[in-house]
Amino acid sequence: MAENTNREKILELKNVVYSFHTYGGIVKAVRDVSFNLYQGEILGIVGESGCGKSVTAQCIMRLNPEPPGFFSSGEILYKGKDVCKMNHKELMELRGTEIGFIFQDPMTSLNPTMRVGKQIEEVFLHHKGMSAEEKKKRAIEVMQKVGISDAERRYKQYPHELSGGMKQRVMIAMALVGNPSVIICDEPTTSLDVTIEAQILELLLRLRKEFNTSIIMITHDLGVIAKLCDRVLVMYGGKIVERGKVQDIFYKTAHPYTQGLMNSIAGLETARDEKLSPIEGTPPDLFSPPKGCPFAARCEYAMKVCNKYPPARVQLTEEHSTSCWLTHELAPKQDLRSRNEKKKEALAARKTAEEKAGKKADSTDSKQEEAAGV
Amino acid sequence: MGKYIVKRVIAAVITLLVLITVVFFLVRLMPGEPFTSEKLNPIVKENMIKYYGFDKPLIVQYFQYLGNLLHGNLGYSMKFTNKTVNYIIGSTFPYSADLGLRALAIALAFGLLLGILAALNRGNKLDVFCVILAIIGTSIPDFIMGAFLQLVFGIKLKWLPVAQYTDFKHTILPSLSLAFYTMASVSRTMRASMLEVVQQDYIKTARAKGLSNLRITWKHQIRNAIMPVITIMGPTVAAVLTGTFVIESMYAVPGMGKYYVDSTNNNDYSMILGMTVFYGAFLIFCNLLVDILYGVVDPRVRVGK
Repeated sequence: MAENTNREKILELKNVVYSFHTYGGIVKAVRDVSFNLYQGEILGIVGESGCGKSVTAQCIMRLNPEPPGFFSSGEILYKGKDVCKMNHKELMELRGTEIGFIFQDPMTSLNPTMRVGKQIEEVFLHHKGMSAEEKKKRAIEVMQKVGISDAERRYKQYPHELSGGMKQRVMIAMALVGNPSVIICDEPTTSLDVTIEAQILELLLRLRKEFNTSIIMITHDLGVIAKLCDRVLVMYGGKIVERGKVQDIFYKTAHPYTQGLMNSIAGLETARDEKLSPIEGTPPDLFSPPKGCPFAARCEYAMKVCNKYPPARVQLTEEHSTSCWLTHELAPKQDLRSRNEKKKEALAARKTAEEKAGKKADSTDSKQEEAAGV
Repeated sequence: MGKYIVKRVIAAVITLLVLITVVFFLVRLMPGEPFTSEKLNPIVKENMIKYYGFDKPLIVQYFQYLGNLLHGNLGYSMKFTNKTVNYIIGSTFPYSADLGLRALAIALAFGLLLGILAALNRGNKLDVFCVILAIIGTSIPDFIMGAFLQLVFGIKLKWLPVAQYTDFKHTILPSLSLAFYTMASVSRTMRASMLEVVQQDYIKTARAKGLSNLRITWKHQIRNAIMPVITIMGPTVAAVLTGTFVIESMYAVPGMGKYYVDSTNNNDYSMILGMTVFYGAFLIFCNLLVDILYGVVDPRVRVGK
């Protein structure tokens, strides 16, 4: 982490454990999560539904309903202050002005009975020194910045008068207007079509460049991660199973779950008749999480030890670490990539064999034709 | 908006016409007739039948009635022969409306307040209290409620008068009795609606903006939660303002309620029709008002530019 020390640490999660009381018992949604966020970086959190990524993100601003949610242990330090111990007033000052939040579904995340301009302005509500005109000016400025054309007119419109992409821009404007140091995006493009998604991602990149804002990007779309992020956390069963730079995650994959995620998406080189390989099974039950590695039950490399003891975090390089027993010196050497590659090679080999056979048939045909010609 | 209202008014006129037609012919199908008193001299009776036009074919009478109605004339009552229906409605409706408005004000103010407080304190003692009050209010019929209030506050405690409708003191018990049911249903609807709205994503958005709880409840929750209450208010307003038979007779309020029931018992054709037309028109007007109010509260239902 030598490289990181000269960057300013803005947010730090230390061993956060967050659970919910439910009728069925206590759900341990976030189990011992620690990570840092540095000034100006885009940090991706990836994982399948129910892995705890949204809860983690909402913990940072204490947006989960409390009760039933509660912190069992851990600290969340924002600029050195522990968010878990903040009172209501401090939280109000944190939300909106220090940390902005962009929600998943812009269709339902805007109040249908309030003009969008007013909704953006609300962030300034406890800024007493600002006049109404100033607030309006700021709101329109931000709306223009996020690419809302004709902002003066849009300012007076209601959410139902805007398209999905426009609504998400309004959400982004709302997150930006208070000039926050951190923006948390909880799957901001999931409900949008791909062209709008590309525009929104570009917008986020531009904002980072302009304001040096730190962004936490939560998604289950590896494509978004590849396009946007500097560093990535892979979450599974309420834990971070692998973390590293984007290049590490994509090219030096160290955890079988991460590899499983990669295998289950189609790339450009995926052949038409090639089958995608999903990860079999379902995520662990967080009412009673497994003793050992959460992924053991679904892991094709699982060993005896995986079910019994949780794997420790192993630092592979300065920034790349994983929690997997395969990294232990006694474990059999498995090359996660090569196994996938082998599968591909075998497939390619079969294809060329088929093609050759086809050619042979062709050539025999032509020989016969020649013979007939003679 | 203007176009929308014109459309609604035309629809209202058609609805009223259908209502009048159906009631006009239904009333004639009822057994008996208006002039059945045994003391009535046959010659007088014949004269009266002629006077009210009952000797003409029914269809002629029907168009005659419509013609009179166009002039706002509801005809003479057949029971209280020296009074017009217009006069009876005109002299009794103000009392019913006065009582109804007081009851509505109480019902809305306390109903909304209790509903909101119950939702905000979900699961607490206050919530349980409000829910129990709502169950009592919706399940106890008004004549029991009215009698109970008369007994406790009028006869036992002697705080308030039990009958007559003159000054403010006299209005309290009847308004409370009339308000109780509406208050209970308003608070129940509001509570359920508030609890539904608080789950919405935009409430979380509001929290993420760093707004205070008061602001979130006031600006984001209540305005969205009040829609179902407005929906039930249309028919309720019409029913409460045009008088209720039970409460008005219990507290001796000179309102319209009595005439509804009496007119049917007496086969007082013009009275039945007049009351129905008045109530129908009022109900349609209240529903139109509700629809316009929707647009004020929720921009999504605002129609036409």
